[in-house]
Amino acid sequence: MSDQAHVPTGHDLAPGEEEQHSVGERILGYVVGLVLALLLTATSFFIAGTDLVWQPSIPVALIVLAIAQMGVHLVFFLHITTGPDNTNNVLALAFGLLIVFLVVGGTVWIMSHLNQNMPPMDQFIRMHS
Amino acid sequence: MTMTATIGHAHADPHHIGIVVEHPGPASKRIVTAYGFWVFLLSDIVMFSCFFAAYAVLVGQTADGPKGSEIFEHRNVAIETVLLLLSSFTCGMASIAADVRNRFWFYLGMAVTCVLGLAFLTIEFREFANLVSRGYGPSRSAFLTAFFSLVGCHGLHVSAGVLWLLTMMAQVFAKGFRADILRRMMCFALFWHALDIIWVAVFSVVYLLGSAV
Repeated sequence: MSDQAHVPTGHDLAPGEEEQHSVGERILGYVVGLVLALLLTATSFFIAGTDLVWQPSIPVALIVLAIAQMGVHLVFFLHITTGPDNTNNVLALAFGLLIVFLVVGGTVWIMSHLNQNMPPMDQFIRMHS
Repeated sequence: MTMTATIGHAHADPHHIGIVVEHPGPASKRIVTAYGFWVFLLSDIVMFSCFFAAYAVLVGQTADGPKGSEIFEHRNVAIETVLLLLSSFTCGMASIAADVRNRFWFYLGMAVTCVLGLAFLTIEFREFANLVSRGYGPSRSAFLTAFFSLVGCHGLHVSAGVLWLLTMMAQVFAKGFRADILRRMMCFALFWHALDIIWVAVFSVVYLLGSAV
């Protein structure tokens, strides 16, 4: 522990704020984000209505495309990146995502089990008659 | 190590962990404000996730009413998506203009954002009015209740965003690019971009996946 590692002071960045960039670079960032988002959107709408791909893969593809587009929005529009000056923002985002997955995943999971173990009354009667 | 008296000189490494962190002091107000708003946005997203969970559970409960594939018009949804995406872009342009204190581009960016947001709201309102007039209102089935509450909640957020946008234009007009106005502008841009993220989930889960059920 003789040589002390010098951590650069690295000020935090506010969410939505970029490191120092020129105006041209910042505009370019938004243009890239817009083009990527439009491409992903077009792909989503194309995939949803096409017969070209194996049908059961469509929901998975749509979810993957949606998550990719949210990532594009986060990086290019909200400027949430993995840089060391963004740690606070990313940690808050990670906690938010944890809650979102618990709520959505947990709800879908438990409700599908309820439907299996306690089917609606008409199905129940059909099963036992 | 001997304890030499260094009173008055803040030791940079009091616990001798080998890492010197020079504390830059408390974060600037801009960072603290935007961070707090970011936490609010995440809590808003958590609230939306409850509506999404309800929709995912109830999407099949149509009570012999219309299914998603019978009432969703993908062309309208595509137009709405493009409108919101472009408005996110123009909002970004307006926030850059605010940072470099260029009034003309700020007003232009905000005005275009406002027009695109209003066009989005008009299309959404016409879709809702059309559904209700055909007897497919939110009380028709559990599926439609979940649909109207989720998409309507997003629409309400966009409406609030448009009001906030007009307020920001008025504040810049009246007070100029003061530091506190710029902080509010930053929060507004975050809000508007976050609404776009939620819309991505809405068009994917509600309209595209919902038509497949």
